Amino acid sequence: MNAVLQVEGLHKAFGGVQAVADVSFAVAAGEMLALIGPNGAGKSTCFNMLNGQLAPDAGIVRLAGRDIVGLRPRAVWRLGVGRTFQITATFVSLSVRENVQMALYSHAGRLRSLLQRFGAAFRAEADALLAQVGMLDQAERPCGVLAYGDLKRVELAMALANAPRLLLMDEPTAGMAPRERVELMELTAGLARARNIAVLFTEHDMDVVFSQADRIIVLDRGELIAGGTPAEVRANPKVRAVYLGSTH
Amino acid sequence: MTFASILIQLLNGLAAAASLFLVSAGLSLIFGVTRIVNFAHGSLYMLGLYGAYTLIQALGRTPLGFWSAVVLAALLVGIAGVLIEVLVLRRIYRAPELFQLLATFAVVLVIKDIALFTWGAEDLVGPRAPGLSMAVEILGKRIPAYDLLLIAIGPVVLGVLWLLLTRTRWGALVRAATQDREMVGALGVDQARLFTSVFFVGSVLAGLGGALQIPREPANLDLDLAVIADAFVITVVGGLGSIGGAFLAAIIIGVAKAFCIGIGTVSWFGFEISFSKLTLVVEFLIMALVLVARPYGLLGKPQALQRLTTDPAPPLTAPSWKIALVWVVLLLGVPLLADRYITIMLTDIVCFALFAVSLHFIMGPAGMVSFGHAAYFGLGAYAAGLLFKRAGLPMEAALLLAPLCAGAFAVVYGWFCVRLSGVYLAMLTLAFAQISWSVVFQWDSLTGGSNGVFGIWPSAWLADKTTYYYLALACCGAGIAILWRVLFSPFGAVLRAGRDSPLRAEAIGIDLRGFQWAAFVLVGALAGLAGSVYAFSKGSISPSTISIGQSTDGLIMVLLGGVETLTGPVVGAAVYTWVRDAVARHTEFWRAVMGGIILLIVLLFPQGLVGGLKALFLRWKEQRA
Amino acid sequence: MLSIKGLHAFYGRAHILQGVSLEAHAGEVVALLGRNGAGKSTALKAIMGLVPPAQGEVSFDGRRIERLPPYRIARLGLGYVPEERRIFTDLTVMENLEVGRQAKRGAASAWTEDRLFALFPNLAGMRDRPGGRMSGGEQQMLTIARTLMGNPRCVLLDEPSEGLAPIIVEQMAHSIRTLKGEGLSVLLCEQNLHFSQAVADRAYIIEKGQIRFGGTMAELAADSSLREQYLSV
Repeated sequence: MNAVLQVEGLHKAFGGVQAVADVSFAVAAGEMLALIGPNGAGKSTCFNMLNGQLAPDAGIVRLAGRDIVGLRPRAVWRLGVGRTFQITATFVSLSVRENVQMALYSHAGRLRSLLQRFGAAFRAEADALLAQVGMLDQAERPCGVLAYGDLKRVELAMALANAPRLLLMDEPTAGMAPRERVELMELTAGLARARNIAVLFTEHDMDVVFSQADRIIVLDRGELIAGGTPAEVRANPKVRAVYLGSTH
Repeated sequence: MTFASILIQLLNGLAAAASLFLVSAGLSLIFGVTRIVNFAHGSLYMLGLYGAYTLIQALGRTPLGFWSAVVLAALLVGIAGVLIEVLVLRRIYRAPELFQLLATFAVVLVIKDIALFTWGAEDLVGPRAPGLSMAVEILGKRIPAYDLLLIAIGPVVLGVLWLLLTRTRWGALVRAATQDREMVGALGVDQARLFTSVFFVGSVLAGLGGALQIPREPANLDLDLAVIADAFVITVVGGLGSIGGAFLAAIIIGVAKAFCIGIGTVSWFGFEISFSKLTLVVEFLIMALVLVARPYGLLGKPQALQRLTTDPAPPLTAPSWKIALVWVVLLLGVPLLADRYITIMLTDIVCFALFAVSLHFIMGPAGMVSFGHAAYFGLGAYAAGLLFKRAGLPMEAALLLAPLCAGAFAVVYGWFCVRLSGVYLAMLTLAFAQISWSVVFQWDSLTGGSNGVFGIWPSAWLADKTTYYYLALACCGAGIAILWRVLFSPFGAVLRAGRDSPLRAEAIGIDLRGFQWAAFVLVGALAGLAGSVYAFSKGSISPSTISIGQSTDGLIMVLLGGVETLTGPVVGAAVYTWVRDAVARHTEFWRAVMGGIILLIVLLFPQGLVGGLKALFLRWKEQRA
Repeated sequence: MLSIKGLHAFYGRAHILQGVSLEAHAGEVVALLGRNGAGKSTALKAIMGLVPPAQGEVSFDGRRIERLPPYRIARLGLGYVPEERRIFTDLTVMENLEVGRQAKRGAASAWTEDRLFALFPNLAGMRDRPGGRMSGGEQQMLTIARTLMGNPRCVLLDEPSEGLAPIIVEQMAHSIRTLKGEGLSVLLCEQNLHFSQAVADRAYIIEKGQIRFGGTMAELAADSSLREQYLSV
């Protein structure tokens, strides 16, 4: 397999409590991999170790063959990892276009200028990204007044600004309406396949997970308890017992 | 040092720690629940000290009289705290937090003048504690019995507070409200009453801290800001909201100060080191060290409330060139019509305008609130004065090199500051300002100590007041234009973005700290320019240009004008400077009048002058439409 | 029990509620459905006084409450469970419950810690655990239990199933049916139609700050075009 992200034996403990224990998996280019599990299973901890926000106690994280443990988030981003957050993080006092431009300026290393006017460059590039996520018509609005679902789209556009090879999406559809959820993830899946981007996402909406993921891995109490295609995971009795229950 | 003298210094330090702890615990409680950084907390301590002085005279110098006076003074200060809460703060809990800060500055001014009116400007030395005035002999050294009692009071109060907070319903409510006061209200708890009760307890602690010091230190009018600085340091070193942390920090700092006094001047390898001069600085050094190693204080928690502004900031709009041009023409024309007095005042105003704009740059768009911005203004002023007088540089060179010196200090201070955020950052800036002040204040041979430096006059071609005004207008106007321009550059956009979401900035590859550090240096240098221009306009400089008072003046100007508009700080600087001058010519109690005016504005225009006028204008336009 | 007429509310300058009217009777579970951003959460906050209503009437038990502060509304017996749970993370389970305690009102059934632990058995084993060290599902149970400590007669529940594992959602539905059995009225916001169908008697649909449908769950179930138009499941 042509793995973009390869994780081996990841460990993390907080004050004696094992949050993530011996987690290993890989994501291939163009693949949508869903990470699911009960609240507190260690999904977010796992995520934060992949882009450098948290340092793992042990384990290896390889991005296209290169070990990235110990790098800061901004260095990981420079290697081609885009990220969206569970609670959206955008620049609320800047316009939608300026948010994306900020990522483009950063990618081009052109933020240090003191006297140029911000926003003059990368306008067309920003608009192209906004068009892809369906936010071009709101480009002038400040992010502070957007609806939640729209903020998620802006985040996606920003994550795409450095032409990433890996997208990390922590609960990308939390707080969205059911149809918006499927739309956003269909959009993501389309982009992933077209640009050969690997996508790792956590998600609570099982409809989204089972319809959009190519593969699913299940985390419970810090350990991987199952992995496979949606059909395999759905049929797994262990997963039904700890997570899915009787309705799915 | 012998073992005995070490022990004595330790006991001295522990005795001093008791009052520090009481004040800080009160501050911490109040901040936790109401999120208000109560600058008036030191004033409450001062009132406790003065109150105890008067009450002891009234009740008699007997043990009963003394102790009733102490307790009564503390309770009266508690009532004063309740009055502040009910009359002022309760009305503005929904206002932005920085604006509440402004209200507490106003209360400081009012209380200072009430004290001046009631007790006069002379220091008042209180009596010794009746029945405890003897000294106890320990290892051949004598230590006042009263100090031993104070040493015991600290842990007792800590224990009582701990029981209150963990074993009572009130304590559970206080801790819950510290995290989420709106939710506590939605569960049926009357927040107003809870806040008032917390203010009462916190104020009693401040008052008690002051009253207990009556046998140890004279009551004086400078205690308010001195004590609030101490209390900030202790709260931050211990960790905001941690009572145990405040206790620990009070002991560390009390003992460190005592040792500095006790060691005195020591000669090491031929160098004379005066530890007693370190006394004023040591707590700030400890604070800087602790915050760099543990950004949330010794016992604080990372998730502790640390942001000063919570509402998302609105987009920034650039001032229009046309309106700016009109103003420039007006300002150029004034000296042609006005008298010398107005020209001098306008010179002051343009200096303070640049000072306020540079402070606004860092606290508004860049989101890093500074309580110690006077450091750069004052260091700029001193650099100008010293380069001119001591180094013998021409005035023009001194004027232009001074900002670089202030910027150099900002390089060092900023490196530490950008590692923190929110209240912790604000406190650290205050710490650096106080360190600078202490050094300037004590280094007689270089800085002239408390007298300052005289005879700093501009070159002959600038000696005319009108000519100098034009120079000031050119320098400060250019400074303001640069700052405003930078805000709309990619660099400025990064600062605004970093304020909005540091997490996102990092996630798109931005080294936010680096940008913030550079911003610190930029505003430091330009505040230094303001100070340098100011120094040559006055002809002398004194340590008050670096004092907390000067820093709070800057904050008042920015907040008065409104932090959300670019022009607000300029308006705030002009109004504040002009009104202060006008009032001070008529009454000795100008502070109380200023405080009253500020309180009125706070209650009437919770978005600041410019913001408030904008809102009024919008409403008027809507009504007409 | 709870009656809202022509309620308007703003969030900043945004006109979120544009004349919402709805009712919840005694002992009834009513679902307020709608897309994200439709105004569901704001409706509950406006009823509770957390977002001040700009216009309109809110009556609880025949008493007008739209001008009262949240704590007075809570003391009248209207409980509020927020969407983000808002557990006091430094306080233990028992202390969280203590904060929710209110003086008893009349003959209303008095909830005690023990009865709540019977309703939410998971909580019983962690009385002294700080709220911050609980899982999302446990926190959701605690936030409901905390509100019940105030012995409300009507509870506003904001998205009780959001972000929970499917297996916990099933337990949550069971708990809400138990509350209904105790005689409580419940007004809940939901995006999850399955969950609402499992617990609610009646439903309203809100869209762009206005009520577009009000009727029984059976009527809603029968009308697929309505679901398609406003809920898009």
